[in-house]
Amino acid sequence: MDRDATSDVNAPHSMGTTIIGVTYNGGVILGADSRTSTGLYVANRASDKITQLTDNVYICRSGSAADSQIVSDYVRYFLHQHTIQLGQPATVKVAANLVRLLAYNNKNSLQTGIIVGGWDKYEGGKIYGIPLGGTIVEQPFAIGGSGSSYLYGFFDQAWKDGMTREEAEQLVVKAVSLAIARDGASGGVVRTVTINSEGVTRNFYPGDTLPLWHDEVEAHGSLLDILNASNPEPMST
Amino acid sequence: MSSIGTGYDLSVTTFSPDGRVFQIEYAAKAVDNSGTVVGIKCKDGIVIGVEKLIASKMMLSGSNRRIHSVHRHAGMGVAGLAADGRQIVARAKSEAHNYESTYGEPIPIKELADRVASYVHLCTLYWWLRPFGSGVILGGYDRDGPQLYMVEPSGVSYRYFGAAIGKGRQAAKTEIEKLKLSELTCRQGVIEVAKIIYGVHDEAKDKTFELEMSWVCDESNRQHQKVPEALLEEAQAAAKAALEEMDAD
Repeated sequence: MDRDATSDVNAPHSMGTTIIGVTYNGGVILGADSRTSTGLYVANRASDKITQLTDNVYICRSGSAADSQIVSDYVRYFLHQHTIQLGQPATVKVAANLVRLLAYNNKNSLQTGIIVGGWDKYEGGKIYGIPLGGTIVEQPFAIGGSGSSYLYGFFDQAWKDGMTREEAEQLVVKAVSLAIARDGASGGVVRTVTINSEGVTRNFYPGDTLPLWHDEVEAHGSLLDILNASNPEPMST
Repeated sequence: MSSIGTGYDLSVTTFSPDGRVFQIEYAAKAVDNSGTVVGIKCKDGIVIGVEKLIASKMMLSGSNRRIHSVHRHAGMGVAGLAADGRQIVARAKSEAHNYESTYGEPIPIKELADRVASYVHLCTLYWWLRPFGSGVILGGYDRDGPQLYMVEPSGVSYRYFGAAIGKGRQAAKTEIEKLKLSELTCRQGVIEVAKIIYGVHDEAKDKTFELEMSWVCDESNRQHQKVPEALLEEAQAAAKAALEEMDAD
């Protein structure tokens, strides 16, 4: 009973996940939660699901951790060679196409949904969604992972074209935190990566900086906080 | 700089004592003896023109095409041995297709030129292959604008503002240098190329010829296509008039 897929710590790691990519006026912002689960066990509560492919292209990974890592390794390798051959940075479209060729041609073996986002000098900021079967869709914003189910309605209402960088970042963080509140397979911290003509910026939002939604209870620190408090009685707050 | 390479010219894998590979130089002669091919880069695109020497009056006009589309956005004009040129075009088409299938975008012209040049060069490396007896002028329009490349039988490839190969290349290059290419549109460029080709055609040595022209420019929607009939006729008329003017002097 203890060796079934829900509680065996050696079972395949899956990133329940909430991943998001949005374009804004000048670039793109990629966002993700940080929970990697094996069944009910959280294998990594601070994972980084936003992976670099080139200086100007990053991807958000969801689904099987192994599958998404392998795909990103291959595409990084191909893009590197392509960049050398071309003599200039690869475009986001090319990166996305390489991802989808792998996803489509190996659809029977892979289980990973990927969002490709980046900036190049020809098209500016672009987001491409590549869900399970290997379709490629260029979108002004994309959402993926188990937590994204809870965000479709939210984005329908909250998404606007031509947002500023700050607006877009707040939108992404809000969305991921909403998904974390409802999806058991998403949690931890919110990470964002902003890519534009000037370069790449990473941001990190720890769990306690995220807003609390309906019915959510305030997080407590560790037991040490209680011991160091003036009134070291457990369960006193 | 022609010299006889007796003893060192039997194989493409043999160097002469002064560091030349004669087989490649002989291959280049095949190109030099063919009808002239001219290519120019105007401010809004590329124009390619070919002096098609007509071997027999029985040939249908418009046949024996020397300019081929490699992809929607690129084409090449071929000089030298026609069958060899056909192979180069086939390879270029294949490279362009494969690139687009893999990378999801039309092949950048620079990349296409590199691949064609690599292929041509490949055939100069092995004793069991002979070099291509043709050179090509490759013109295309990609996201970095219009570009013109020339690939020689040795496998060398350079980017040009204007290029010419074949019999009348020296005279053609002189004429091209007189043009202010950065100010010409392709429409004007077509007329100029026609004039150049009519100008370098040697009436005495060669029989009649047919003019074949293509362009890829903003006006053609960045697609490589034959120059439209009307413009072609206009260009031919202008070229013939220019010739008579010269003769009249």
